[in-house]
Amino acid sequence: MTVDEIVEVIEGVVVTKTDADSLEIEYAMASDLMSDVLTLDTENAALITGLSNIQTIRTVEMQDIQCIILARGKRATAEMIKLAEQDNITIIESPYAMYRISGVLYQAGIKPHY
Amino acid sequence: MEFEYKVEGGDFTNAGSASSSVKKTLKKLNVDPKITRKIVVALYEAEVNIVAHAYRGDILVKISPEQINITLTDEGPGIENIEQAMVEGYSTASAKVREMGFGAGMGLANIKKNTDQMNIQSEVGKGTVLSFTNFLS
Repeated sequence: MTVDEIVEVIEGVVVTKTDADSLEIEYAMASDLMSDVLTLDTENAALITGLSNIQTIRTVEMQDIQCIILARGKRATAEMIKLAEQDNITIIESPYAMYRISGVLYQAGIKPHY
Repeated sequence: MEFEYKVEGGDFTNAGSASSSVKKTLKKLNVDPKITRKIVVALYEAEVNIVAHAYRGDILVKISPEQINITLTDEGPGIENIEQAMVEGYSTASAKVREMGFGAGMGLANIKKNTDQMNIQSEVGKGTVLSFTNFLS
């Protein structure tokens, strides 16, 4: 799915200025635990999370994850947006809860890891 | 080539900046992205460990065409029982560390998983030295 398609189904807003147009998301995982995200072996994935802090960005940077979906109205700070843009990471904010985002994206064809 | 970084205990704002810098260097050197990811995930886990548990630390990164060797030396409380610390799920992390999304007791096991060689030595009340090597081909 493209970022535009994802945004549409989760009523999301893209808050970063990156090369999001070329991004194609195939997999997703939902977690607030960065330790868990760091154990994944993944490509073309999005992270759905309720954890909005600078280490969320660092974690996905190390894992080559290019898209973060912040659930349930969590906002990215200016510091997070700046760091994400430097690393070409797209942040989407959504009012939906993690469970709903996961369900909607699963239904739309985004694959799980396990 | 060699690089050195300083890490401050408790400084969660900058935790990961050394790992980020090493990642950019490996990209410039055209290291296989899969190998790079393993290296920087291991380094990031180790860097967060210093921020989470120690007072301060140094990271020394040595890169040759064949391999990368990283040594993290910290001044801190040390690890009483390394075998226990390696067990997934065992953690002594504070509430603050858990709030940042860490402290699940998975770090050392994940470092081992992502590296080709790993060595850890610790002295209670003094600090910990963690070193690991990844082959670049």
